[in-house]
Amino acid sequence: MDEMAIEVEGLVKQFGSFRALDGLDLHVRRGEVHGFLGPNGSGKSTTIRVLLGMLRHDGGTVRLLGGDPWADAVELHRRLAYVPGDVNLWPKLTGGEIIDLLGRLRGDLDEARRGELIDRFELDPTKKARTYSKGNRQKVGLVAALASRTELLVLDEPTSGLDPLMESVFQECIKEAVDEGRTVLLSSHILAEVEALCERVSIIRAGRTVESGTLDDLRRTSHTSVSVRTERDVDVADVDGVRDVRTEHGHLRFEVDNARLPAALDVLTAGGVLSLTCSPPTLEELFLRHYDEPGTAPDGDDLQP
Amino acid sequence: MSGPSHREGAIGLVRANLRRDRIRIGVWIAGITAMVGVSAQSVKALFPTQADLDAAAASSDNPAIVAFQGPPYGLDTVGGQIAFQIGAPGLVLVGLMALLQTGRLTRTEEEAGRLELVRSLPVGRHAPTLAAGVVVGAMCLAVGVLTAGALVVLGLPTAGSVCFGLGYTAVGAVFMAVTLVTAQMSENPRVANGVAGLVLGASFILRAIGDAGDNALSWLSPIGWSQQTRPFADERWWPFLISFGVTAVLFVAATKLEDHRDLGAGLVAPKAGADRAAPRFASPFALALRLQRGSVAAWAGGTAALALVYGGLTSAIESFIDDNPQLEDFFTQSGGDIGDITSSYLATSAQVTALIGSGYVIQSVLRLRSEETRERTEPVLATATSRWRYWLGHLAVAVGGAVAVLVLSGVVLGASAAAVMGDGALLGDGFAAVLAYLPAVLVMAGVPALVVGVVPKFSVAAWAMLMVTFVVSFFGTLLDLPGWVLGISPFDHVAAVPVETLSAASVAGLTAVAAALLGVGAVAYRRRDIPA
Ligand SMILES: Nc1ncnc2c1ncn2[C@@H]1O[C@H](COP(=O)(O)OP(=O)(O)O)[C@@H](O)[C@H]1O
Ligand SMILES: [Mg+2]
Repeated sequence: MDEMAIEVEGLVKQFGSFRALDGLDLHVRRGEVHGFLGPNGSGKSTTIRVLLGMLRHDGGTVRLLGGDPWADAVELHRRLAYVPGDVNLWPKLTGGEIIDLLGRLRGDLDEARRGELIDRFELDPTKKARTYSKGNRQKVGLVAALASRTELLVLDEPTSGLDPLMESVFQECIKEAVDEGRTVLLSSHILAEVEALCERVSIIRAGRTVESGTLDDLRRTSHTSVSVRTERDVDVADVDGVRDVRTEHGHLRFEVDNARLPAALDVLTAGGVLSLTCSPPTLEELFLRHYDEPGTAPDGDDLQP
Repeated sequence: MSGPSHREGAIGLVRANLRRDRIRIGVWIAGITAMVGVSAQSVKALFPTQADLDAAAASSDNPAIVAFQGPPYGLDTVGGQIAFQIGAPGLVLVGLMALLQTGRLTRTEEEAGRLELVRSLPVGRHAPTLAAGVVVGAMCLAVGVLTAGALVVLGLPTAGSVCFGLGYTAVGAVFMAVTLVTAQMSENPRVANGVAGLVLGASFILRAIGDAGDNALSWLSPIGWSQQTRPFADERWWPFLISFGVTAVLFVAATKLEDHRDLGAGLVAPKAGADRAAPRFASPFALALRLQRGSVAAWAGGTAALALVYGGLTSAIESFIDDNPQLEDFFTQSGGDIGDITSSYLATSAQVTALIGSGYVIQSVLRLRSEETRERTEPVLATATSRWRYWLGHLAVAVGGAVAVLVLSGVVLGASAAAVMGDGALLGDGFAAVLAYLPAVLVMAGVPALVVGVVPKFSVAAWAMLMVTFVVSFFGTLLDLPGWVLGISPFDHVAAVPVETLSAASVAGLTAVAAALLGVGAVAYRRRDIPA
């Protein structure tokens, strides 16, 4: 069996003259929860649609569960379950009917699990879909997907609109799925969710992968936040790789690239260190670092740390 | 209650609506004006002398024609002939314009969630309804003024021209108000437009019965109210009071209803349903059927009701012929047979029925596209459902539904004609007359299938096919359209059974065209991006 559940290399997708994906790479190993991050419009949903055989791609290679997502769509779809970010339902069907329909069309609906999930998500399956709130529609999509035993779960911002209680139910469900050996591709805006669930992440921007690896790796190869008090004033801003220098509550704070940390410490030591804290970046900081650069305008309000 | 604050923001909405729909609105107004102008011109050319007019008056004043066109007033004048020849179908077109545009500006907007966005701005509760009323009201007024102007320019009497134009404005206003009310009844825009459409259909039927039987039923019909003003035939103006009075009452009713419901909800609260799906609910066909069965039933029921009325009116034609023996001479002299009137009447009825069946099949195939734009296709295709099976499921419901509509209305038309005439042979005649249109209706299914597959963003263009067929069917001769234009309409290639006999060549030709359209549509749908 393939070690990789998803292998995407140099993926290009063009909408008319607009290049939505511009050489994107994504590698998801079997049995892992892989975080797929990027601001709005960076191409996460487009990538997922290519993986589902909805969109044709214009360049690069795509393998899903060892197959070609376009040509082998039907066969591959038996082995995966999908939750879109905006679960749109047929207004006159009930939630229960929709869960059954999607499960049967997939050819894989675990009855016991279906009942259990409906309870855990506190979903009323007898309501017509038109009366569901955004969060409840999302629950229908989640129950329909999680009530399967498929080896892969493809989740595109699946928890938008869920309250914190349901968010934690969702996280439990994903942990259980991983314990069963299933693979999860989780595109998300909710960084706390990604930190809690994902071993590895890929961060994309404008249709390209800008970072990929385990969260630990990313932190290690990234930068460090420093908070320091010194006897004398020091001038760290001149050191290569130091950013965001500011003074807060009498502490000097700044960010520094890990490679340049020794040089920065030399400057501090010369000033006489009174107290020093170094911390690895939070995922939010990692994430924002790629989007604060000029020329990108992430929709900040979608960032929920 | 509707204080000024509830209307706040209406002007801004009017502007936004006009800007967004300017092309659509312009096409409706220009199209209807041109249709009236060109028809009037060709009626003038058709009857150059009074003798021509008198002859035309004698032959058109019979219930078989009256049932389709309207009451025969002033048929010995050019103006009277124009009003009669354009007749009820012209008024239906104006009603349809008002209905569709109102539905678009109210419920369709609301369902798409755009209204919620608008309402969160400083916009009053009734502002969207008011804005829709203003925009569509202005459209109806423009249609009235421009058609009246066109007729005056063509040299027709001013009073009659104004009366005719005002009749268009009035019928449009009524159906605008009807749709504002139906838009309050359900969350589903299809229901809002569908119920308003049923009212439009009923208006056409009621006046058909009233006009052909010379009785008061026409007075229950908004189309009848406009026709009863008798443009060019000693105009009477008071029926306009009915039209505009009803418009005002319905408009107030719509705002009252709006006070009593929440945004996005209907007045009829949805009930709880099943927590499990039925065992057979497990295929794309089952899904498509479930989504459309209500619509199939409504279209089939509406069409059958129309067929019942037309079949029933056959006796009025018979008794008319008995009362007018000179007509029999007229038909015998022109090489015909008295039975031909009944036959050609059945053929025309069948054509109307098939036109409605085409409306059903187009909207049903376009469901494939609206499911896609509402992002309900993707979750299904992400299961082990092939695109081909998904497409086939939808098309099977569309085509199967169309067959059901035609078979049912064919049986009803034939049976009701046979019953009132006491002639069992008419059952087969009526049935055959309607079923003869099946290949043409398949072409009507092929057009949206092709468009959805090949140029999905322009899917609404498929409705142009129905418009062309409608205009060619009712105004083709009147407009003196060139042969190639007539030929675009699939109906132009259908034999008028029972007057003519079915031609194997045309059946085979239409079926082949339909198969080609469907085939290309299916292949393109399987190959393209979804959603596109
Ligand atoms: N069908 C389409 N036609 C044209 N542009 C599209 C289409 N789908 C997506 N895009 C564009 O591609 C970019 C990536 O979109 P998407 O994949 O939805 O981003 P994300 O899911 O990361 O927010 C966006 O700029 C979006 O506007
Ligand atoms: Mg997205």
